[in-house]
Amino acid sequence: MGSSLTLRAAILSVAIFAAFLGVWHLATRGTGTTAAMSPEYARLMGATATQGKSAMPGPLDVGAKLWEHIRRPFYDNGPNDKGLGIQLGYSIARVLLGYGLAVIVAIPFGFLIGMSPLLSRALDPFIQVMKPISPLAWMPLALYTIKDSGISAIFVIFICAIWPMLINTAFGVASVRKEWINVARTLEVGTLRRAFTVILPAAAPTILTGMRISIGIAWLVIVAAEMLVGGTGIGYFVWNEWNNLSITNVIIAILVIGIVGMLFDQILARVTRLVTFPE
Amino acid sequence: MSTFDDPFDADHSLQATGCGCGLHRTRAEHDREAQLALQCAPVESSEQQYEGVVASAVMRAMFPKDVARRAFLKSVGASTALAAISQFFPLKTATEVFAQGAALEKKDIKVGFIPITCATPIIMAAPMGFYAKQGLNVEVIKTAGWAVIRDKTMNKEYDAAHMLSPMPLAITMGVGSNPQPYTMPAVENINGQAITLAIKHKDKRDPKDWKGFKFAVPFDYSMHNYLLRYYLAEHGIDPDTDVQIRAVPPPEMVANLRADNIDGFLGPDPMNQRAVYDGVGFIHILTKDIWEGHPCCAFAASKEFVTTMPNTYAALLKSIIDATAFAHKAENRKQIAEAIAPANYLNQPPIVLEQILTGTFADGLGNIVTQPNRVDFDPFPWQSFAVWIMTQMKRWGQIKGDVDYAAVASQVYLATDTAKLMKEVGLTPPANTTKSFSVMGKPFDPAKPEDYLASFKIRKAS
Repeated sequence: MGSSLTLRAAILSVAIFAAFLGVWHLATRGTGTTAAMSPEYARLMGATATQGKSAMPGPLDVGAKLWEHIRRPFYDNGPNDKGLGIQLGYSIARVLLGYGLAVIVAIPFGFLIGMSPLLSRALDPFIQVMKPISPLAWMPLALYTIKDSGISAIFVIFICAIWPMLINTAFGVASVRKEWINVARTLEVGTLRRAFTVILPAAAPTILTGMRISIGIAWLVIVAAEMLVGGTGIGYFVWNEWNNLSITNVIIAILVIGIVGMLFDQILARVTRLVTFPE
Repeated sequence: MSTFDDPFDADHSLQATGCGCGLHRTRAEHDREAQLALQCAPVESSEQQYEGVVASAVMRAMFPKDVARRAFLKSVGASTALAAISQFFPLKTATEVFAQGAALEKKDIKVGFIPITCATPIIMAAPMGFYAKQGLNVEVIKTAGWAVIRDKTMNKEYDAAHMLSPMPLAITMGVGSNPQPYTMPAVENINGQAITLAIKHKDKRDPKDWKGFKFAVPFDYSMHNYLLRYYLAEHGIDPDTDVQIRAVPPPEMVANLRADNIDGFLGPDPMNQRAVYDGVGFIHILTKDIWEGHPCCAFAASKEFVTTMPNTYAALLKSIIDATAFAHKAENRKQIAEAIAPANYLNQPPIVLEQILTGTFADGLGNIVTQPNRVDFDPFPWQSFAVWIMTQMKRWGQIKGDVDYAAVASQVYLATDTAKLMKEVGLTPPANTTKSFSVMGKPFDPAKPEDYLASFKIRKAS
């Protein structure tokens, strides 16, 4: 039964995808009518103007271009033209760095806040104000004060990745069952040991859920941040191709961004499953 | 006039009088010359190139009144004049000092640019080896927008950058950013912009019909903004109340035109030609027909860079002057179009760039137009350009109160490093760094900016 459901779902997925490609292909076929113009004038004009080709690329164009990128992912033609693989590498490195810093700060702080009702109350207003600030709103301030665009991008990742982790950690720690803590207290377990052997395992699934939300946000933000500061990265790639009005490459970038984001999410989902235990 | 013109040619004016470009006494003469494309003598070596630049400055210094220079040349002849001047002015030495320079303080230089044809000399100097010739290892870095260029140069991530010619003025005066002394030693391009309208407006060629239009310009502090406002106001349209002008990044201009979000834009190339190429717009008017020879983009560096690394700065400037001279020549333009088309630089179809740079282009209405100086390259940063820009900043309320036009202009628009190098060899730098010109037939006297400003009917009340 289970395997047949999986199979049927897979077939349906493929069908939906095929239908989507078909509609896309038909919608972007273009008129195909050649406008009346002298050959000399036509030489100076693009395919959209001369052959009535649609301004939107079809699935075949995108597929061909994607194959080109996959064949040469790591070429390097100078500072402004690097392969898709290199651009992705830069983005992933930035995200991991900013995210790593956020983990280092958010989890201990979250622990502290979760264990101390006083701190929790005192810091709550600040967290509530900082949490909803759009990451990109930080960008001008970061550029202005840090005076380095690379570090600014990492800072923006850091500042937006920190809140879900902080809040989830604090919540996870605060809602550890009182009985378990009381048992630990009866057995005269020290504070540090209690934190690592009782609270951490109990709060781990909640903490990891926070981390999973954070990585998603970090990956969302990097594209926008790189579009703004330029230089390298997948966001820069999108911006650069947009300059060139190459919608084909923009679509490819969107696809790649989606896939990488999904991989990040899946990795953390798997880790979450590892630390979750049945009660 | 062009900095590359022979200062010993009595027929050329070093200061503008007659036509807009300043080369000719009358408009008709200008048009005749335009057919012949370029009258600049071919330069065999860079040595001669520099000699021309230095000599130009010297002649300008000696004869602040161009009439006097012409009379002098007519009476004694160019070769006698050259010999006479060489006697008491070591032209050769000055040129050598300018050409050689001293040890570079820094070899690895980062220069930011925006991917538009205005940046041509800055960009092409990299693939064509103009930087390497001066011993510099320059990385030209594509940048996302003008505000980012501003921030990255202010942060010293870039040593120098491609900027819009009003930007160094705005930065120095602290308009739209914290004040920081900036210098603009070279203009990148003159002309080279256009008003492009959506194809559906092809019958509305009279600006009086444009009430309610939405226009885009690339940046608030740009020649594009000032020229569009000027053009509209001259046709009786108040740019602040009758139409909407928004700042939009150039690539979005074409997309917005296609999506019907804007009716037109005054933008940099390649976007005008790209709109035509994609069949979504047509070129209404080239900005050269609004103000022949107007400056647009510029090469800028912070005052700090200039003073702490004078030799590197001189070498960089020399590469730019070299590249600009090369780009000035019509016969090189096709080659340049190919050099800057790849993804690393402008990332555009070569045919689009070729149309812009050679000046033979499709206008979007079915005609092939030939305008050889659709875009031209001339580095001399006339201080009167700066004064005009400031009058427009004040006209549209970007700056308020009293402006010391001449002081800001001379501080920011360095009339090339030549002046400094001339001082080093014990000479007086050129006294004349301004020229008058006219915009849409209205003459501008840089000595009387306030009178000029007061003469406009349409302006923001201040």
